[in-house]
Amino acid sequence: MKVGRVAAVLIPPILFGVLFIAGWQLLVRGADISQFVLPAPSDIWSSAIDQHSGIFADARYTGLNALVGLALGTVVGVLLAAVAARLPIFGGIVTPLVAGLAAIPIVALAPLLTDMYSVTSSLPRRLVVAVAAFVPVFINTLRGLSRLSPVHRELMQSYAASGTAVLRTIRIPGAMPHFFTGLRIASSLAVITAVVSEYFGGESVGLGSRITDSVGQSDYPAAWATVLGAVVLGLIFYVIALLLERAVLGRRATAAL
Amino acid sequence: MSQETTTSEAPPPAVELSGVHKTFALRRGSVVALEGIDLMIGRGEFVSLIGPSGCGKSTLLRVIGDLLPPTGGEVLVNGKSARRARLDQDYGFAFQQAGLLDWRTVQANVELPLELHGVDRGKRQRRADELLQLVGLSDFAKQRPPQLSGGMQQRVAIARALAESPALLLMDEPFGALDEMTREHMQTELVRIAGETGAAVVFVTHSIPEAVFLSNRVVVMSPRPGRITEIVPVDLGERTDDTREAPQFYAAITQVREALRGRAVDATDDVVAGIERAQGAL
Amino acid sequence: MTTGVNAHPRFAGQQHRLRLRLGRWAGRGLLVLVGLVVLGAIWEAYKSWGPADGVSVFGARVLPRTSDEAMPHLSTIWHAFGAQEVGGAITLGPTKTVLDSVVSAAWHTLRWAGLGFAIGVTVGFLLALLMDRLAVFERALLPYVVLSQTVPLIALAPLVSKWGQGWSVGPFTWERSTSVSIIAAYLAFFPVAVGMTRGLKSPSAVHAEYFRCCAAGWWKTLIRLKLPSSVPFLIPALRLAAAAAVVGSIVAEISIGLEGGIGRLILEYSQQATGDPSRVYAAVIGAAVLGLLAAAIVTAVDFALWRYHRGTGAR
Repeated sequence: MKVGRVAAVLIPPILFGVLFIAGWQLLVRGADISQFVLPAPSDIWSSAIDQHSGIFADARYTGLNALVGLALGTVVGVLLAAVAARLPIFGGIVTPLVAGLAAIPIVALAPLLTDMYSVTSSLPRRLVVAVAAFVPVFINTLRGLSRLSPVHRELMQSYAASGTAVLRTIRIPGAMPHFFTGLRIASSLAVITAVVSEYFGGESVGLGSRITDSVGQSDYPAAWATVLGAVVLGLIFYVIALLLERAVLGRRATAAL
Repeated sequence: MSQETTTSEAPPPAVELSGVHKTFALRRGSVVALEGIDLMIGRGEFVSLIGPSGCGKSTLLRVIGDLLPPTGGEVLVNGKSARRARLDQDYGFAFQQAGLLDWRTVQANVELPLELHGVDRGKRQRRADELLQLVGLSDFAKQRPPQLSGGMQQRVAIARALAESPALLLMDEPFGALDEMTREHMQTELVRIAGETGAAVVFVTHSIPEAVFLSNRVVVMSPRPGRITEIVPVDLGERTDDTREAPQFYAAITQVREALRGRAVDATDDVVAGIERAQGAL
Repeated sequence: MTTGVNAHPRFAGQQHRLRLRLGRWAGRGLLVLVGLVVLGAIWEAYKSWGPADGVSVFGARVLPRTSDEAMPHLSTIWHAFGAQEVGGAITLGPTKTVLDSVVSAAWHTLRWAGLGFAIGVTVGFLLALLMDRLAVFERALLPYVVLSQTVPLIALAPLVSKWGQGWSVGPFTWERSTSVSIIAAYLAFFPVAVGMTRGLKSPSAVHAEYFRCCAAGWWKTLIRLKLPSSVPFLIPALRLAAAAAVVGSIVAEISIGLEGGIGRLILEYSQQATGDPSRVYAAVIGAAVLGLLAAAIVTAVDFALWRYHRGTGAR
């Protein structure tokens, strides 16, 4: 029965989550652990309620940085992947560079970009997010565009179809699932990168800054509450990417992993 | 390659092969896939290529279709060079895996070659409707390939291959992945469709009964180097469900089998000779 | 070359493939160098010919200014490595150069990241095994594994530091650097958990059914079928984990305020650097090299395990 299957999928994680939170609460209260070490879920929740307007405002700022960076990185990633698929020499040069970029701690670029632009704090942060988002989108989209099954290749050859026609009719639609895989990875990466980029100096606004400030004031429930906000923001981005994938691909959408 | 347009009154044969030769270069040495192939296929004729694995039948099909260049010899399709015939879309190709595009509807799949060649939307749709009716899939026009069975997908692939009313169909074991019952049904359908459109067909297969049922002539090939060993004419008249139970059917099957087998002794020699030749070049 | 055991077609093929792969990597390395040269040329070209105030679109600067503060010459960056350290907490002595600082900082970060990588890979690996053994664990834990990466634990690095403070078990004492490694492990475990989970599931139904026919238990199937099949999934996952461990270490250093690592060095240089940003570039290049080094180590492991890649053309 379908209901039984849905229950089997949903119940273990929900049960696990509930037990985890309950256990956490009991541990903190029972062992009388100070909030400097580990705040109880109830303290975190009340702090979240108290500060919710501040957290929302910061979430909007960080979320906007993440969104702009994500959009920019995605567009550049797709364009470069399309060129790399069409021109193998370009692909041969760019692909290893991007693989190298993937190995580099991208957030380390934040101070550099602040020097280069040094106008407001948002642009360098958004650029860092863009670079971080660009990498998975480029890699996955290129992978999708490069896959051309032998039977499709021969079919297109028998039609004397041009390279662009092949790109349009086969490679691009075939690459869509791969693109969305990259987009899903990039979307949650964008939020994390946006939060972390606020560590490297610049204006003290945004979720990352708020977390650092709270920790600096030893207000750990507030810090955790802000973390909760960041988690929710990351989830929102991920879910939107997932829904977008479902809307475009319909039945072809892949599972959440 | 010269662009021949025949000036005689009779239209040119569908396929004309003279001394066709194909060698594949390996990392070390080479393999002779086809040697000295001479074959002529008339308009509307149904010809099967049959032979053991490695006899070059799929290679020959692709040489005819200009998907592989021959190393030597001449290939004329519809009186033109193979390349010209491909550019002019004089043939349709059907592969073993149907090769449909999962993200398009059945109708859009059939329209694909027309779309690629700039036919306008209205004409495309009408032609697709026609073809789907021909293969009996009109009701499934708006479905997507993953929703269809293997046999149905192959029918869509055949419809697509006929989109531009080619004079020639090239088919590479299209029924290979289907079960026997579906296969027999598809064979009957294919004979009907080929008859109705008047297209010549070059059909690669592993199955002797299939080759006999479908063809006017069965071309028996032997492996490495790929050669035509015998051409068996088949005269069964109009193909019906009863044809498969007629004694002439079995006689023809036996003939083809003998041709395959009877050459098997020589074929082994050729295989060994071929390997020796290849190794000698290593 | 084609004598003795190497004349056997099977071995000849393996050697040939190994040579092909080495050749491919050399070719790629060459293209990377070309790419870097091209990038360097674009940098200097823009500096020479680009508008002095950068390019602005609707008031927001899109391309940077070409001044030496904003974009140092490549030669300036090169020379920055040789510059003397001014002294202070980050140096080990008055005669150290920037290069010495960068190298020693990178080395510290590498050690911390390495420990984090080891811990993360182990945890991720065990988690994947657990989820493979009991399907209910997979259903319960996998969503949280995915979710874990949305939690910026890096933010709570000071907390992690506090938890471990002064804690010791036997000869092992929790240093502040251990906290950094723990953060690195947290980021590194995820790709390994996901990659191994996929890898353990990857054997085809045909293979899995065959093992069932042989009455091979879970353990035997694991060792002989699932683990070898997971290698093509494990290697890219290890690469991601190595990069994640480095990133985690760098950011955790800053968050905890731990001195000696390259993350801290970058921050210090950027705070000092009002007239001379080239040192920051030097430190960032050091961090980049560190990341590449970590990836290169994983690639070396890849070569060691290459025989399990046989037949998979995918990378």
